[in-house]
Amino acid sequence: MSKTYEYVPEPALVKGNHDFKDITAMVTDINMRPTPTAWYVAFGISNILMLVLLVSIAYLFWEGTGIWGLNQPVGWGWAIINFVWWVGIGHAGTLISAILFLFRQGWRTAINRFAEAMTIFAVMCAGIFPAIHVGRIWVVYWMFPLPNSMAMWPNFNSPLLWDVFAVSTYFTVSFLFWYVGLIPDLATIRDRIKSKLGKILYGTFALGWRGSNRHWWNYEKSYMILAGLATPLVLSVHTIVSFDFAVSIIPGWHTTIFPPYFVAGAVFSGFAMVLTLMIICRKIYGLEDIMTVDHIEKMNIIILVTGSMVGFAYIMEFFIAWYSGVEYEKAIFIIRATGPYAWAYWIMITCNVISPQLFWFKKLRRHVAFTFLISIVVNIGMWFERFVIVVTSLSTDFLPSSWGYYTATFWDVITYVGTFGLFFTFFLLFLRFLPMVAVSELKGVMPQADPHNYDEETGEYVPPKVQVPEPYNKTD
Amino acid sequence: MDRSTSDNKLYGILAEFRNPKELLDAAKLMNSKGFKNYDTFSPFPVHGMDKAMNLRKSKLGWIVGGHGLIGLVGGFAMIYFMMVVDYPLNISGKPLMNIPAWVPVLFELTVLLAAFGAVFGMFYLNGLPRLNHPLFNSENFKKASDDGFFVCIESEDPQFETSKVETLLKDAGATNIEKIYDE
Repeated sequence: MSKTYEYVPEPALVKGNHDFKDITAMVTDINMRPTPTAWYVAFGISNILMLVLLVSIAYLFWEGTGIWGLNQPVGWGWAIINFVWWVGIGHAGTLISAILFLFRQGWRTAINRFAEAMTIFAVMCAGIFPAIHVGRIWVVYWMFPLPNSMAMWPNFNSPLLWDVFAVSTYFTVSFLFWYVGLIPDLATIRDRIKSKLGKILYGTFALGWRGSNRHWWNYEKSYMILAGLATPLVLSVHTIVSFDFAVSIIPGWHTTIFPPYFVAGAVFSGFAMVLTLMIICRKIYGLEDIMTVDHIEKMNIIILVTGSMVGFAYIMEFFIAWYSGVEYEKAIFIIRATGPYAWAYWIMITCNVISPQLFWFKKLRRHVAFTFLISIVVNIGMWFERFVIVVTSLSTDFLPSSWGYYTATFWDVITYVGTFGLFFTFFLLFLRFLPMVAVSELKGVMPQADPHNYDEETGEYVPPKVQVPEPYNKTD
Repeated sequence: MDRSTSDNKLYGILAEFRNPKELLDAAKLMNSKGFKNYDTFSPFPVHGMDKAMNLRKSKLGWIVGGHGLIGLVGGFAMIYFMMVVDYPLNISGKPLMNIPAWVPVLFELTVLLAAFGAVFGMFYLNGLPRLNHPLFNSENFKKASDDGFFVCIESEDPQFETSKVETLLKDAGATNIEKIYDE
């Protein structure tokens, strides 16, 4: 029964035989090439969708929230569903950039810039809904602690106010984190770009970064502190979003499992969104050596883990509803699975609980097209999760006499569709004008960056002693 | 270039090295020779450079801590003023100073201010933004953000002597040495 164990090193983070110059060129040339026609086409479509959003918001302001399908007792509809969905998607960016940084996961460097950009634009889309759903838009500033004619202040005991602080802090901190990461890469483009305007703009935003190691010393400290701050922040944001529900007494909402369950769901949907975008971009921009199949596999494992957590939470909700002995609580869960919205419930279960379980198979985890499909399925499932939570609990609350069926209207749908226009407009601008991979960080995790990998005498590069095996050639 | 002959002030001597290891060795050498006003430049932070250059611990932690404290105390003062002093409002019979319910907002404000401290404190410690710098006069220095590794010894250093520094850098293995002038 003797068995020899061998040290199995991590597969190389950057595939192919690239040096620092290649990496710089591979990423930043995208920003310096003439704009491809396909980009204009995609940008045009996104702009049209964004216009749809603006028109639907304008009509909402003109006509009031009556244009939506809201009724009594369903006073929260698509606006809140979309808000939670978008803000949840954003969470993956912070998880990749902050939590994986603290865990020293070198593979995050290939995708963190990308995911952080997604976070910022997703939070922008999310932020629109609480702002426009208030009904009396002209007094929207009452959400903030600003002096007003009533001499009153917002209620600091209310989760709805906590949410205002949580989401705005989250947006600001994510943006700062993203910008700090961008500074060295903006300097790289500043030094390479030919056009005068480009030199001025990139030069200004690079703040005169010179790559000084005295600067890197403070910079790395700052980056680590920001990661340390963003980690509890991201957990707090979706926790507070879940408080919007959990602090109320509506059956199906008033549960202590909500904070961890919401955070797991957020990470689950966010990783799926990162994969959707990444699989398209690595293909179009030829970044397959940087965003490798190994990255896709690692992300799929996180989807599997968080998907299982979400599935566990669904089961636990049912159990606790029965165990609590509260009639309303028990009834709502039975109604969810068998009542008028059973179709939504079973879409949710299929997409969120069953589909990620396929990632137990290594072949499927490393299959790019299959991953792309699942990443979209997961986000559909997560949208339905929020639909089930918001709508079923409200439409069938304590009094059967007030039960009603909620249907979205045309305006509900196109406001949601329009947010994709906003998201992709910004995302395409990001792809066009900013380096989509953190170049300096990526160089830092290459074996060439480690001074130990150079010969003591000649100073020539010597690849690390342990030969890195090519992983799983047969399945690729 | 005619800069060298004009009356422009010499800023320092810039030397290029081939790779992170040689840069690290050069930094160790500069440190052991007792140079004070020198710096190394690389497209990414080189592991171990802080020890090689004998850099002191960054003060950023204190700045962040201070800002976080301002966020916490300032947030508490704001909420206390609004909920207890200025417009006390009885909300379902709960105490006016309902501290547990204030925790989420206090936490967010602490993080927000601390993050501002982390970013702008880093800019402050690094002297950024600084859009003009003598080093930008060097065409070769543009590689510092791509794949170039540089050491610069500034003329302000008490031990600075052009010929001596040039020989030292050449012996350390520099591939390209140039004088940088302040315009």
